Amino acid sequence: MKTTTFKVWQGNSDGGELKTYEVEVDQGYVVLDAIHRIQAEQANDLAVRWNCKAGKCGSCSAEVNGSPKLMCMTRIDELPADKPITVEPMRTFPVVKDLVTDVSWNYEVKASIKRFSPKTADHEDGSWDMDQYDVERPQEFRKCIECFLCQDVCHVLRDHQLHDRFAGPRHYVYVANMEMNPIDTGDRVAELREELGIGYCNITKCCTKVCPEGITITDNAIIPLKERVVDQSYDPLARLIKLVKGSGD
Amino acid sequence: MPSKVTALPVRRTFGETMRTDAWWLQPVVVFVVFTSFVIYSTWAAFQGNNYYSGNLLSPFYSPLIWGDPEAHSFTGTLEPGWWPSFLPVFSPAFVILWAPVSFRLTCYYYRGAYYKAYWPGPSSCSVGTPREAYMGERNFPLILQNAHRYTLPFALLLLVFLSHDAWKALWFQTESGSEKLGLSLGTIVLTANVVLLSGYTFGCHSLRHLIGGGIDKLAGRPVQRAAYECVSWCNGRHMIWAWCSLIWVSFTDIYVRLCAMGIWADWRIL
Repeated sequence: MKTTTFKVWQGNSDGGELKTYEVEVDQGYVVLDAIHRIQAEQANDLAVRWNCKAGKCGSCSAEVNGSPKLMCMTRIDELPADKPITVEPMRTFPVVKDLVTDVSWNYEVKASIKRFSPKTADHEDGSWDMDQYDVERPQEFRKCIECFLCQDVCHVLRDHQLHDRFAGPRHYVYVANMEMNPIDTGDRVAELREELGIGYCNITKCCTKVCPEGITITDNAIIPLKERVVDQSYDPLARLIKLVKGSGD
Repeated sequence: MPSKVTALPVRRTFGETMRTDAWWLQPVVVFVVFTSFVIYSTWAAFQGNNYYSGNLLSPFYSPLIWGDPEAHSFTGTLEPGWWPSFLPVFSPAFVILWAPVSFRLTCYYYRGAYYKAYWPGPSSCSVGTPREAYMGERNFPLILQNAHRYTLPFALLLLVFLSHDAWKALWFQTESGSEKLGLSLGTIVLTANVVLLSGYTFGCHSLRHLIGGGIDKLAGRPVQRAAYECVSWCNGRHMIWAWCSLIWVSFTDIYVRLCAMGIWADWRIL
């Protein structure tokens, strides 16, 4: 057991402050364990959202020492021991209370995106033939646990607050999952350029760095989608080739 | 369609962050290395001399279209007839360097890196940006970044010329005037330059898209699939290739320049 200093943000949408707590931490403690200890022993009204404690539900997203992280996957012994550990709510979304933010905007954006629309089934039982190789590429995007850490770190939402013009990395991963699926017939490229504002992304790769599932968001989802937007909107040669060949794969 | 979100936390000011690590280190290193490269390559391009030594040709001057006839320039003349007389200097590098410069300037990796180091928007992840207004790559001039794929053929073509230069660096003049296969440190330097530039160019995101990323079904297309996997392998290490090739191409020019100036003699190994 050793004592570690925590500075935990507490407040609501009107404002708040960092409050200091001295916490006894056991070996192998993660930040969420310490927050629970604070909640149990020192601040019973401390609000924190959590569920699985296994890095799979995406509920306990917060900013630990200024970096977006899942509290349940951030070991205390991996953080600098000589400084207090700060824990704040995500800055890209409105605060409900303390470490809990209102992430409902993400669900609204997701609901507005053109749905998955599969081609006619290959077999009478309603199934399709798909090669494993073609399945694997979009499969990476299905690992997303919707923790919204990528949305939190993205400066377009975080600093410029362009929520009404930019969908954010999580939704580009969602679109990539459908766009790269060989049985999907939907075309979301124009939507990406206009409503979903992919052109605002300037490829800082911060989303990739914070993804707890290790999804290569920028290189495998956003840039390939940007290239598809270039095909359709900015490359006259690609448009000409598509016109001559037709739009099929 | 996204909707506006209200009651967001107050945006942080430039450089403001709760991060406790050395977040500033990476943009500073990028700034120093990239600025040093720009200064050196501009200086080297304006020199217009000491770009070849024996069988070695500087990559900044390859292909040598106009240039010293002794260095076997394609045209055999020092400068093009159409070069405007009001421009005081002509250097063979002027007609070449626009290709790799435009390729790197619009490169997806470099864009992210130099936006952070020079713009800075933002300097590093979860660090406050200096300005509230932001247009991204939707408007002029940054919308031109979408032309990256059009710079790719020129970058690929340069690899052919640089490979030829590396091949020529294997052949040494004998006293009788004939050429003999050999190996020098310069040969290795030029060959390594081609390898690093190839790793960078073949990992290009646009190439990855054009070679197979743009379609959803690669099964049943073994050649295209293999090409896509090769490009994806290089693409996964694009940052490493980008920096190694940038530094090495400068080093190659320095090596050839020192040999040409007589400060350093190319070390013959075989």
